[in-house]
Amino acid sequence: MDILEVKDLSVKVEGKLILKGLNFSLKEGASHILFGPNGSGKTTLIGALMGLPEYEVTSGKILFQGTDITNASTDERAKLGMVVGFQNPPEITGVKLGDLLKLCLGKPVSDDFSPEELKQIEAFRLNSFLNRNVNLGFSGGERKRSEILQLIFLKPKLLLLDEPDSGVDVESLRMIASEIQRYVENSGSSALIITHKGDILDYIKAKYGCILLNGKFHCFTNPMRIYEDIKRLGYEECVSCRIRTDEGWRNNNGQRK
Amino acid sequence: MDKENSLTKIPHQILEEVQKAGVETEGKNRSATFLHLNQETIAAKVNEFYEGKLELMDTKAALKKYPWLENYRWKLVSKDKDEYTKKVAEEYSGGYFIHILPGAEISFPLQSCLLITQRNLEQRVHNIIIAEENSKAHIITSCLQHSSVPKAAHLGISEIYVKKGAMLNFTMIHQWSENTLVRPRTGAEVQDNAAFISNYVCMRPVRDIQMYPVAYCSGKESRASFNSILYGHKDSHLDIGSKAVLTGSASKAEMISRAIAREGSEMIIRGMIEGDNPDCKGHLECRGLVMDDKSFMQSIPELIAKKKGVEITHEAAVGKISEKEIAYLMTRKLSREQAVSLIIRGFMDVRILGLPDSLESEIKRIVEWSAKAD
Ligand SMILES: Nc1ncnc2c1ncn2[C@@H]1O[C@H](COP(=O)(O)OP(=O)(O)OP(=O)(O)O)[C@@H](O)[C@H]1O
Ligand SMILES: [Mg+2]
Repeated sequence: MDILEVKDLSVKVEGKLILKGLNFSLKEGASHILFGPNGSGKTTLIGALMGLPEYEVTSGKILFQGTDITNASTDERAKLGMVVGFQNPPEITGVKLGDLLKLCLGKPVSDDFSPEELKQIEAFRLNSFLNRNVNLGFSGGERKRSEILQLIFLKPKLLLLDEPDSGVDVESLRMIASEIQRYVENSGSSALIITHKGDILDYIKAKYGCILLNGKFHCFTNPMRIYEDIKRLGYEECVSCRIRTDEGWRNNNGQRK
Repeated sequence: MDKENSLTKIPHQILEEVQKAGVETEGKNRSATFLHLNQETIAAKVNEFYEGKLELMDTKAALKKYPWLENYRWKLVSKDKDEYTKKVAEEYSGGYFIHILPGAEISFPLQSCLLITQRNLEQRVHNIIIAEENSKAHIITSCLQHSSVPKAAHLGISEIYVKKGAMLNFTMIHQWSENTLVRPRTGAEVQDNAAFISNYVCMRPVRDIQMYPVAYCSGKESRASFNSILYGHKDSHLDIGSKAVLTGSASKAEMISRAIAREGSEMIIRGMIEGDNPDCKGHLECRGLVMDDKSFMQSIPELIAKKKGVEITHEAAVGKISEKEIAYLMTRKLSREQAVSLIIRGFMDVRILGLPDSLESEIKRIVEWSAKAD
C-alpha cells in the first residue's frame, strides 16, 4: 500500500516553476531517504505536500492514504497525520516552546506534562528551553531537536523530515535518529527523510533511497548503496547507472520494471 | 459617609466587572484600596499593616487637611493646557491622593478604581501621587465604565512626584466601552536616582482616547519607562503616546509598546524622547499588528537631541502577522484561528511591564480574558 501518491505535481515558488510534473509514491510503513543536489526542489516538494502558502501547486494531485488532499489546508493535512520537520523553522516571538509542545500533544497549555512526556523532553535535552520563545536564539542543533520532539508528540502517520541531521553534532544525531527510528518502528508510520549525508542511515532502517534530480523522482532499494554511489559517481551518473543495471529500479511512477 | 470600606455599595453585577478589571474587592494582597464611583469617592482605605507607611485619601479631603499639597497641584500639568484641563480646573469630583512616606517599601500593590455607571456622565478627577525619598511602591489603577452605560466621558489629571531614590511602578488598566471619550492628562517628575515605571494596558474597545503622559527626568540618574499593551478593536480610536524629557545627568528613558488594531480601529502610537543632557540615553520600541484592511496604525517616534553626547535610538515595526509563523503553527495541527490567537497572546507580552510575579500573572489574566471576550 502507498501512504502517499503524487501525480503530475507542478509547483511554483515566487512565480517560478520549480517542480514540473512530478510522479512518485511512498510506501506505507517504510522510511524513504531522499537525496538531491542543492536547489533541486526537495524543500519545495515538502512544502507543497504540506500545503504551505509560499508553494503554489499549479497542476497535479496529492493523495494521502487514498484521500485527495491537494486543496486541503495545512492543519487538515496535519490532522490526517502528515507532519513536517522544517529545514529552517521560523522564530515565533511570544510563544513558548513548552506551550507549543503541549499543543502538539493535543492538550491545553494550562495542563502539565506527564512524567512520560517529561522524560522524552529530557531525552531531547530541551528541559531548559520550555520557557523560551520557539526557536528564538536556538542554535542550529537545538532547533532540530525541538522540531523532531514536536513531531513525535504529534503522533503522525507520515513524517516529512527536511535535513534533520544538518548542523547536528555526533551525539545529538545519534539521539535524534534513534528516536525517529524508535517512533517509526513502534507506530508503523512512514517517513521521507531529506539528507545530504549518510550518517543518519546508521540509525534509521530505511528501505528506500530516492533521488530528486532534474525534476524527476527516482526510488531504489538500499539507500546506503545509493549514498555511496552518489559520493563516487555524482547524482546524474548514480541515477542513470541504477536505471541501466538490473538491480530493480523504481521509475517515476514508483513501479518496478 | 463611611469611607472605610463601602465596596458593598456596588451592585453585584458591577462588582464582577470591577474584579475583571483587576480590582481585588476583598482588599486581599493589596496595601490600600481607593474607589471613585461616578462623582463620589466611596472607598479610601489603607490596609492596617501599612498604616504609617502610606496615606490614601480623596484629593479634596487631602487639600483641606494638608494646605501644602497646593504646591503639588497644577505644577506638572498646566491648567490651561487644553479644554479638558480647563474643565477639570473649573470643577472636579475628587480623585486620589496617594502619599508613600519616606523609606517605605510597600510590597503589596495599592489599588485604585475609577468607575462610571451613570449615563452621560463626564467624570472629572484630579489625582496626586507623591512617592517620598527612598520609598518603593506599585500602584495598579483600573478605570472602567459599566457596559450598560450608553455614553460617558472621563477627564483625569494625574500629577506624580517620584522623589530622590524612590521607585514607583504605576500600572493603569483601561476598560472603557465603545461609547467613552477619555482624556487623561499626566505629568511626572523624577528626581535624583529615582525610577518611574508607567505601564498602560488598554484591552476593551473605547470610542476615543487621547493621552500623552510626560515624565520630566530632572534628577541625576533618574529613569522613566513607559510600557504599553494596546488592543484596539470595534472601531476604537486610540492616540496614545508618551514623552520623556531628559535634563538630569545620566538620566534614562525607555518606551516599549505592543499594539494590535482590528475591526476598524485606528491607532496612533507616539513616543518622544528629548535628550537635553550630554550623557542621557533613551530607547523607543514599537511593534504593531494590523489585522484587517479596515484598521489603521501609525507609529510616530520622535527623537530629539539638544546636546552633544545624547544617545537615543528607536525601532519600530508595524504590519501583519507573518504568514510563515501561522503556517508553521498550522503544521502542528492548530487551525488558522488558533494559530493567530496564540501569536497575538504571545505578542501582548506582559513581561514588558516589569511587574512582580503575582501582579504580572494577574495582568496576564486580564489581557487573556479581554482578548478572548469578543
Ligand atoms: N522563496 C523563494 N523565492 C525564490 N526562489 C525560491 C524560493 N524558495 C525556493 N526557491 C528556489 O527554488 C529552488 C528549489 O529550492 P529548494 O529549497 O526546494 O531546494 P532544496 O532541494 O531543498 O535545496 P537544499 O538542498 O539546498 O536545501 C531553488 O533554486 C531556490 O532558489
Ligand atoms: Mg532544502
